[in-house]
Amino acid sequence: MPNIANPTIFLSLVRRVLPWVTALTVALLLVGVYLIFFIAPPDYQQGESVKIMYLHVPAAWLSLFIYIVMSAAALGTLVWRHPLADAAQKAAAPLGAAFTFVCLATGSLWGKPMWGTWWVWDARLTSVLVLFLIYLALIALWEAIEEPGRAARAAAIMTLVGAVNLPIIKFSVDWWNTLHQPASVFRVGGPAIAASMLLPLLVMALAATLLFLTLHMMAIRNEILRRRLRRLTILAAEQSDAPAYAAAEPAR
Amino acid sequence: MRLEVSDVRVERGGRRVLDGLSFVLAPGNALIVTGPNGAGKSTLLRALAGLLPLAAGRIAIVGADHALPCREVAHYVGHADANKASLTANENLAFWAASLASQQGGRSALQPAEALASSGLQRLADLPVSVLSAGQRRRVALARLLVASRPIWLLDEPMTALDAASQTRLGDQMRRHLDQGGIIVAATHGTLDLSDARHLELRH
Amino acid sequence: MGGALAAQFRRELKIARRSGGGASTGAVFFLVLAAIFPFAVGPDLNLLARIGPAILWIAVLLSTLLGLDRLFQADYEDGSLDVMLTGEMPLELIVLVKCAAHWLTTALPLVFVAPLFGLALAQDGAALVRVTLSLLVGTPALTLIGAIGAAATVSLRRGGLLIAVLVLPLTIPVLIFGVSAAGAGLADPVRFAAPFAILCALSLAALAGAPFAVAAALRYGGE
Repeated sequence: MPNIANPTIFLSLVRRVLPWVTALTVALLLVGVYLIFFIAPPDYQQGESVKIMYLHVPAAWLSLFIYIVMSAAALGTLVWRHPLADAAQKAAAPLGAAFTFVCLATGSLWGKPMWGTWWVWDARLTSVLVLFLIYLALIALWEAIEEPGRAARAAAIMTLVGAVNLPIIKFSVDWWNTLHQPASVFRVGGPAIAASMLLPLLVMALAATLLFLTLHMMAIRNEILRRRLRRLTILAAEQSDAPAYAAAEPAR
Repeated sequence: MRLEVSDVRVERGGRRVLDGLSFVLAPGNALIVTGPNGAGKSTLLRALAGLLPLAAGRIAIVGADHALPCREVAHYVGHADANKASLTANENLAFWAASLASQQGGRSALQPAEALASSGLQRLADLPVSVLSAGQRRRVALARLLVASRPIWLLDEPMTALDAASQTRLGDQMRRHLDQGGIIVAATHGTLDLSDARHLELRH
Repeated sequence: MGGALAAQFRRELKIARRSGGGASTGAVFFLVLAAIFPFAVGPDLNLLARIGPAILWIAVLLSTLLGLDRLFQADYEDGSLDVMLTGEMPLELIVLVKCAAHWLTTALPLVFVAPLFGLALAQDGAALVRVTLSLLVGTPALTLIGAIGAAATVSLRRGGLLIAVLVLPLTIPVLIFGVSAAGAGLADPVRFAAPFAILCALSLAALAGAPFAVAAALRYGGE
């Protein structure tokens, strides 16, 4: 089993695997769309607009799943100091923010006909909003610290502290919500999810996960290349500073 | 107690700054580290002080009662002075004396006032550090070496900003430390006058 | 080690006292912030009485956060942090002492100024007591959680805004339970006890966990 933790080996692995994963993602998405529009029934109350759920729910799952992936990468950074873990962390943050944003936007679109407004501060949506803010904060941290290793370690700590905090935030938002207004009903369509709705949902969830995987691999690859470019730039600056040593430079 | 450095590798920013470094220092030994900018002199001192993780190898204190990390028996005087500008020289040193006081038995620790006196700073003792010149601040930083007794001194460019008299004084203090069985690792651009000190030259 | 602890604490207090206005600027910021709210929402005393605890809590939260970059910045830049790492005290303990001193000089004054301003927001006596207690118990959590953000950004020069961005989402639970304890109903003991207890629990949890995260972040920052 090749050591995929080695960035070079990882890059060649990505080059070989990426086309297949991309193809699989597209295929699953197509299947999902077909199922949504031709198999899944409309809701007896909401009509066709309930089908936004097939975007909203997988996006919600992904936004949490990506944070778990990011936390695992953060552990990799702190425990093993691995540059691949650094890249995986950094690459996951914007993807997490994007999926969370999709969840919020589709939630808003889905709810507008029912609520009459673009947003309600119900417990679940508000928790997702806080998660979105945490993603944005982490992205800001990544951008602020120039040296990649140091940025990764700082972000890793904030990510893990955030991970510990997420259940507490969820609990407190639930508490806050019941304190100030009755829990709003956000039904996914009836007392039980019919099979005809479950299948498209699962397919879309799988497709979304694969989409994340594809984009994540691409983003990690880009981050690795970016770090190499940075190192080469620094090396070039050093070497042009000390011409007497250029000849004695050992081959790396 | 000996300082043993075996096969040490230190990376910074993904770059291998030190690789395969090994040496042993016994009481009374001094090691002078030279090399161009960026060769790793400060990195070596920071690694010895426990401020940087080792990618490979080990740094060990051998011969003490129980295993000690190097940083607990070492004084680290880096580029920065570690003085608080709003505190007086006396207050700075009193804090470091309390903070660095080791349970290894204070062999020859001086009181802050005495340490400042032996560095020629007795008249500036109760002035806030913010009004001192760069050279005077450096001497206050170096006076730290005297207020807590630690066998290993890690000095990064100790002579910078010092005038000739202060440099002589520091050289005397260093020699006295070695005579008492201490160990010194000092990085320098110029020359340090320590006879029979060993030399280590770092290159990129 | 007790001597080192006391010395560290005395040093922090001395520096805070002489740093010229850092702590008092925070108190002034609190007052300015709290005073702005009536301009924004109007002078209706009924409304202000209702949202008074929230105004006070938000103002304390922001004042605490924006003062946090002073916690580790100076020691990091002048090299004191490096030398402290070679001392006998574990960094976690040093962090605890620094946070305690910071809380004493920055947050505790707010705990007492807040109820004074609460009078201007038409808060009655019982409400003022609740506000003070909730701030007293909740501000340690704010300082400790904020310290994590301050430590993660210690290598940045102007990290103040970034600290706030990082820390604010994490302090939402403290805010929720703090405001709830401060303004829960009218002198309703049951409605006060529950959020107050949870607030205590949050501060204790922060006390137990934050120093380790802070110390880890500081060590990484110095590499």
